[in-house]
Amino acid sequence: MKVVTVQNISRNFGKVEALKDISFDANEGEIFGIIGPDGAGKTTLFRILTTLLLADSGKATVDGFDVIKDYKQIRNRIGYMPGRFSLYQDLTVEENLKVFATVFNTTIEKNYDLIKDIYQQIEPFKTRRAGALSGGMKQKLALCCALIHKPSVLFLDEPTTGVDPISRKDLWDMLIRLKKQKITILVSTPYMDEASLCDRIALIQDGRFLKIDTPAAMTREFDKILWSVQSDTMSKLLADLRRHKKVKTCFAFGETHHITLEDSTLTPGEMKNYLTGLGHTGIEISPIAASVEDCFMDLSGNQTEK
Amino acid sequence: MNVITAENLTKSFGSFTAVDHISFEVAQGEIFGFLGANGAGKTTAIRMLCGLSKPTSGKGFVAGFDIRKQPEPIKANIGYLSQKFALYEDLKVWENIRLYAGIYGIPEKEIGRKTDEILQRLGFENEKNVLVKALPLGWKQKLSFSVAIVHDPRIVFLDEPTSGVDPATRRQFWELIYDAADRGITVFVTTHYMDEAEYCNRVSIMVDGRIQALDTPKNLKQQFDAKNMDQVFHQLARKSKLNGE
Repeated sequence: MKVVTVQNISRNFGKVEALKDISFDANEGEIFGIIGPDGAGKTTLFRILTTLLLADSGKATVDGFDVIKDYKQIRNRIGYMPGRFSLYQDLTVEENLKVFATVFNTTIEKNYDLIKDIYQQIEPFKTRRAGALSGGMKQKLALCCALIHKPSVLFLDEPTTGVDPISRKDLWDMLIRLKKQKITILVSTPYMDEASLCDRIALIQDGRFLKIDTPAAMTREFDKILWSVQSDTMSKLLADLRRHKKVKTCFAFGETHHITLEDSTLTPGEMKNYLTGLGHTGIEISPIAASVEDCFMDLSGNQTEK
Repeated sequence: MNVITAENLTKSFGSFTAVDHISFEVAQGEIFGFLGANGAGKTTAIRMLCGLSKPTSGKGFVAGFDIRKQPEPIKANIGYLSQKFALYEDLKVWENIRLYAGIYGIPEKEIGRKTDEILQRLGFENEKNVLVKALPLGWKQKLSFSVAIVHDPRIVFLDEPTSGVDPATRRQFWELIYDAADRGITVFVTTHYMDEAEYCNRVSIMVDGRIQALDTPKNLKQQFDAKNMDQVFHQLARKSKLNGE
């Protein structure tokens, strides 16, 4: 069942085209990731789907309801965690949760099962003011508040931005548990490594979707020859690889550099000879499968680096 | 030569010790990665090193100055860039450079040359008269970095400079960091991207206010028998007693 449908949504702010002709569907119980950098249009899309902003053109439905006509029904059925912390800083943890439960005409007890896993981690601090919580705990509280009325769709706008790798992993573990309860989750993130945790992803840049697919299919369809290259002098290696005529793109990827090739006639052996000739030692070259980050960089056409 | 020295540097807020006897040295021209989970004490430590917060105990020297007694000369000898770029959106590119050059006390007759040099290095010659608010995010970020080091400081502190930036821009930003380090500017950087930890000469990992590991990425990976820095980080940060508190 399609829980979210979006058809040809566009939205401008003055001269800025924040969203251009966006279309996609999200299925029940799916984690649908919107992956892209700041300013790509992720928040605008979320605000339209949560009925907080009108699109200039196009249609969208959430849980079967139209985002314009039926906005009241939608607001009862969704949970929304905006990118900016938007709970009441001067209320305690417990008070915040109570406010959200009351607003949605329910009680903490009634839906406690849904939030139990998450809430137990912050329950020891339930009398602390929300403003005095650490970043990781604020996220957990915000997630509880977004869930307390048992929404059928959850919108999480950059829940992991600026969050350390440990807290990021904790949050994703929670999302995967929620998915099992048939809650549809739309989540946006600038971290490419989180893409593989989604069922399907849309890569977004400059208000346009570059591609929509499962992470596995997306990386499988990467159509360039991709090698990982290492040597003992990595910054010199970056420059030397870029100078090679058959190297199309070359970017640092942690402990190795990833290169794509202009044509398939070059062999790793030839590349090794070229680099040895330039004084490199400890050279390791291996053809590799693409990651989502490789796909994003390829599709976004950012190949100016040559 | 060391441009940063910390000896048992400590900062307490009431009964809570945010930074707990940290000691380390950073050499000139080094790219030093300062990692840790949220709440581990990184920001408090950086604030002390920048002369913005007095240590409860311990000693620190930055660019040869005592962080306790000489905060003002420290501020003149460092650059600082956080996630939120401190550029003026309603000023043009060259006006922002001009403003920061003035604030850092660069002599009037050198500012023109300095401005041209930055525009050329960034490839922004044609955007000289563009308002900053009209620039793409990645460009703003590169400009922010350039104005943070407009006065050729001894050290630049970068606090999560690449959060939320697209993958290509993130990498181009690191090339600017390398470039600055090649010119002898020491780079002290925090990040939550573990692939970026690999680009540092040395990395320290803070857990609950203490430095639990400090070495080159290569040695750390060996020491913790880890495939990458992400695994090293997880092994250490998981030991936190505060548990995200």
